[in-house]
Amino acid sequence: MLIVDDELSIRDSLRHWFRKDGYDVAAAESGPDALRQMEGEPFDVVLLDIKMPGMDGMEVLRRLHELSPDSVVIMLTAHGTIETAVEALKIGACDYRTKPIDPDELGRLITRALEERASQRQRGKAPGPVSGGKPPAEEIVAASPQMQEVARMIDSLAESDVTVLIRGDSGTGKELVARAIHERSARHVFPLVAFNCGAIPESLLESELFGHERGAFTGAQSRRRGKLEQADHGTLFLDEIGTIGLRTQVELLRVLETKEFTRIGGQTSVHSDFRVICATNQDLEELVAKKEMREDLYFRINVFRIDVPPLRERAGDVTLLARHFLKVFAEKTERALTDLTPDALAALNRYAWPGNVRELRNMMERAVLLATPPLVQVKDLVGLGATLPTSARAEAPLAGSLAESERAHILTVLCQCEWNISQAARVLEIDRVTLYNKIKKYGLRSE
Amino acid sequence: MTDLWLLPLALREPPELLRWLADGLAPVFHVEVGLLPSELALEGGRHPRRRQVDAGWILSQLLGLPDPGLVLAVTSEDLYLPVFTYVIGEACLGGRAAVVSTHRLHEERYGLPPNMERLRARAVKEAIHEIGHCHGLVHCPSGACVMHSSSSVEDVDNKGHELCPECARAVARRRG
Repeated sequence: MLIVDDELSIRDSLRHWFRKDGYDVAAAESGPDALRQMEGEPFDVVLLDIKMPGMDGMEVLRRLHELSPDSVVIMLTAHGTIETAVEALKIGACDYRTKPIDPDELGRLITRALEERASQRQRGKAPGPVSGGKPPAEEIVAASPQMQEVARMIDSLAESDVTVLIRGDSGTGKELVARAIHERSARHVFPLVAFNCGAIPESLLESELFGHERGAFTGAQSRRRGKLEQADHGTLFLDEIGTIGLRTQVELLRVLETKEFTRIGGQTSVHSDFRVICATNQDLEELVAKKEMREDLYFRINVFRIDVPPLRERAGDVTLLARHFLKVFAEKTERALTDLTPDALAALNRYAWPGNVRELRNMMERAVLLATPPLVQVKDLVGLGATLPTSARAEAPLAGSLAESERAHILTVLCQCEWNISQAARVLEIDRVTLYNKIKKYGLRSE
Repeated sequence: MTDLWLLPLALREPPELLRWLADGLAPVFHVEVGLLPSELALEGGRHPRRRQVDAGWILSQLLGLPDPGLVLAVTSEDLYLPVFTYVIGEACLGGRAAVVSTHRLHEERYGLPPNMERLRARAVKEAIHEIGHCHGLVHCPSGACVMHSSSSVEDVDNKGHELCPECARAVARRRG
């Protein structure tokens, strides 16, 4: 690895950090120094500062790309703009990040870039941008005509900055659609900031969105950037948009129109340039009719609409997704599971999937842990055994409340994870705070 | 004879924390653990705007101490490196200085009620991890090994609390 930065403290901290990851790390304090070292030996990874005296990072990148087109180059800069990011990616950088960066993010970025390069070599392709360019819609696993239409819409609107409203039941993958749009847009080198408006009380919503100044209210011990500010140059994904109260709706509408706002307790106006994608599983038209949602906000966010179908309506996708998740989790856990039995596939296809893709994903994650290689059987599909075929479900009397089911499910997952809260929260796809609150709510205890 | 010194720096934790660390470190590295008086002021390494302390600066101060052997500084301050938003710990690879921060190891930071057992487990893991670096260990690919890379509290929780056999052998070889 070669670190190119004119600041000694940056060079030193990166060099020490990545030596601990086992990298052989060299450092260069200028562009010419970096090129000299590259002529001597090629480097797998180059972390390259943009703003340097004399030859700047962009010029170094151009020459470096000629010298060693196979190197993974990640640009690091203190002052990011979309223009420089796009230019760097065009020249051949793999990615582009602003300093300071989260340590785990940089580590993941490098690992992903090296993996991508290795698979490109295997496929015999020339290396190119990892997150640059326009990746195909590969994250969305689907063959059904309904989802093909969703993929087509994603591709057609990604490059524009149009506001998108994604509608669909819980667990259908609305955030995945939002991420796919973001990844295909020119903003993809900047963050997608996802925010679930329904996950926190209304009283905290404004502070989360707009940020606050130090001393703005009790407990505000320091200035905090809100989601709107964090999404600068990137995409702001507002999930469960229908849960926002009327007062915050007024503020949000103003920000969406002007892209300017004031932090709570602040005096100065802050500008943030972001694209907005909203999602909901509610009937927004009904909320507007009941005066629970402002009509002007509804029209502001409903510029382009994508409907994500429930899994039960996606013909053929259950089998495809089940095999996809099986492969993913089997690789992750290094279990030699190759497929599902015909009975297991039939059972999955009979099920109604009220929790949609999320439910299928969780079921397959557990099945991979429970199954005896090489095949996943019906008995490994926890939660499916007690269910009835779709047609029979509608007629059968329902037993147990949603709360009882949730309690039982959480307890099962906690036991499977040996009460490791972080791991259980990941399986349940909720954050640790939410899981803890549910443990408290249902009075769950480990034996 | 003491082989490893713990140095509390602006440490605002229960007094037993240092004992937990000593009890956790001693059997892993087969060392005797002592306590140094907390005489180092952190002001020189404090970043006024970030309200964090430069972990690299702390290491340089530790290396400037009259050579007492291996030193692990333990602080409640939030640590950073100039290029990173934060770090939980930092160490000189194969060197004699390391630092661990408890700032991001508390459940309260994530809106959860205090949990002393979890703080203890996390702090001990991170102390072993950083001292492992001082023994020349790099990050281990095994998720069960305490030397597995951990940049977030979730990573710390998910990795094991002991050295894997290979890392343990590397420490033993180094010890001779």
